Amino acid sequence: MHRSRTKAMGIALIAVLALVLAACSATGGKKAADAAAAAANAGTSNSGHANTPRYTVAMITHAAPGDTFWDIIRAGATAAAAKDNITLKYSSNPDPTQQAQLIDDAINSKVNGIAVTDPAPAAICPAVQKARAAGIPVVMFNAGVLNWQQCGGMEYFGQDEAVAGVAAGKRLATAGAKHVLCVLQAQGQVQLEARCAGVKTGLGSEGQMTKLYVNGEDNSAMLSSMTAELTRDKTVDAVITLGAPVALVAIQAIAAAHSTSKLYTFDTNAAEIAKIKSGAVQWAVDQQPYLQGYESVDSLWLYLTNGNVLGGGLTTLTGPAFIDSTNVAQVAAYAQRGTR
Amino acid sequence: MTQTAEAPVTPPPSFRDERVGRKSPLVRFLARPEAGAIAGAIVIYVFFFIIAAPFRNANSFASVLYVTSTYGLMATPVALLMIGGEFDLSAGVAVTSSSLTASLFAYEFTTNAWVGVLVALVLSLFIAFLNGWIVVRTGIPSFLVTLGTFFMLQGLNIALTQTITNQVASPDISTLQGFSSARVVFSGSFTIGGVNIRTSVIYWIVFVLIATWILLRTHIGNWIFSAGGAPIAARAVGVPVARVKIGLFMAVGLMAWFTGMHTLFLFNTIQTSQGVGNEFVYIIAAVVGGCLLTGGYGSAVGAAIGALIFGMVNQGIVYAGWNPDWFQFFVGVLLLGAILLNTFIRRRAEAAA
Repeated sequence: MHRSRTKAMGIALIAVLALVLAACSATGGKKAADAAAAAANAGTSNSGHANTPRYTVAMITHAAPGDTFWDIIRAGATAAAAKDNITLKYSSNPDPTQQAQLIDDAINSKVNGIAVTDPAPAAICPAVQKARAAGIPVVMFNAGVLNWQQCGGMEYFGQDEAVAGVAAGKRLATAGAKHVLCVLQAQGQVQLEARCAGVKTGLGSEGQMTKLYVNGEDNSAMLSSMTAELTRDKTVDAVITLGAPVALVAIQAIAAAHSTSKLYTFDTNAAEIAKIKSGAVQWAVDQQPYLQGYESVDSLWLYLTNGNVLGGGLTTLTGPAFIDSTNVAQVAAYAQRGTR
Repeated sequence: MTQTAEAPVTPPPSFRDERVGRKSPLVRFLARPEAGAIAGAIVIYVFFFIIAAPFRNANSFASVLYVTSTYGLMATPVALLMIGGEFDLSAGVAVTSSSLTASLFAYEFTTNAWVGVLVALVLSLFIAFLNGWIVVRTGIPSFLVTLGTFFMLQGLNIALTQTITNQVASPDISTLQGFSSARVVFSGSFTIGGVNIRTSVIYWIVFVLIATWILLRTHIGNWIFSAGGAPIAARAVGVPVARVKIGLFMAVGLMAWFTGMHTLFLFNTIQTSQGVGNEFVYIIAAVVGGCLLTGGYGSAVGAAIGALIFGMVNQGIVYAGWNPDWFQFFVGVLLLGAILLNTFIRRRAEAAA
């Protein structure tokens, strides 16, 4: 019994391997992507890097595992670190208490600089102040725009979510949207709520805004919830999602509900930018995460090597910028290599 | 249910032999594990039918059935495993592991999409086998073993995807050869009388029927009930308890693969964090459907009804247009209500029987 089963498994394994060798795809896949990347990179040369002393910088974020947005931030930070001869230690935890613990760990390991996001000031700020007291420069980015100065940050790179929401709302009103559905993929996150509230303000008296919470960890559940809402309320003529992966699911939901709604979104990834190109997504609010990651590390390098502080005590805004049909062709090439 | 392996209670003093006594069909129905869940499902269906106009639309109900099927495909083997006396907390992330394996393999080696599908099948079955093998070999509760694999798989999903692709979502594989045929097989849909139905609903119903047949009409079914209800006695009468349990874990692995393929070919790309938390939805569906947390009792149809209750509640609240801030609270209230009704009916049925 056991022997015959082992034999059967062996045969199955060989069959699979044979299939692997025989069944290559002539379209798509890594081969196509590599070819496209080679074409995109043609003409650019590798940039050299600084000959300043080797520093270590810790970047600590509240990224939830699996959110593509943070890939772009990390790509920016990695690029700056490579240029500036910096060892980058990246870590993240969506739980504020544990994120604060990560900051403590960075202080204890005596890094030269810290770049941190602040989704929850009550938990993060004491750790930031502790780092400053230990003589470690701290720059902040992405989250915590309202009180980074009191928190103890030297500089801040990011987008004011309320400002971005208002800008998006105004643009929606210009596009003629009367009833906007704002889809939140996590309940109770301050930045996401600020975006929807901003959209409402931006729309003004031109239209109304309805919120819908979906489970960001389950595509099928997201698809069904959005389909249900679009079936229930046929007056919705615009859907705005707060993350690129959600926008990709919303395309299918709009089709499934036979809705005529147009789709708009915050944040980007490569797959979503392709959808802007194809017209399935009208535009995306881009907070330029690459810039946030890059500037955070680079500004620490400037401070460590030259004592520079950027921004004059004010927030350095990286967004909102919009990606739409007019500039998507240019951005798409950058998105393909993971930097937009 | 004659298959339950619970010890018989002391017979009440009566002149008639209770073993040959006839019970009314209603009492016999109410004594089935899924009876309470069916009552709960009817109450919730009627409730949303009355208060939410879009819920009455056939297309809306097809959408309810769709989300139900994505939970139900996994709830079915999870229910069998629970009847067999074990848990699998890694079931939710195992779905994502399977999707990621298929997608990354096919993409990185630029193979036909079907090759990725087969590689994922082998890996899913292997992981499930390991779960079962560790449980039966060490005797450590499956709750702890699969808690370990839950974290390991979650970590592997993130770390391997990040290492291979430098991002936290799998690349788009929709341009690979074989993608469109795989989409038809795993994530297709068809229209009957203007109602669009996804094939996952059909697969789900078929798998529930197969599981019910195995449980009630085959000796393997008897083995499953006895392995969960009284493993020592089962082993003494020659039931291969260890192999039954490993087989049940592998059934979960098989369906995790199937569900994973459905998700992958419907959405083209998969985020690494997907699926976390769904393991509890599967267990909830099985328990609402009458499976005992202690094993040895339950049914596949019950788990299907449990998944349907969860699906109706999730969609019904949106159709009803209730304040979205209260969404999770209402989910909890309706689930608790369904479970209370379930328990109430079962107690009454036991008292009557």
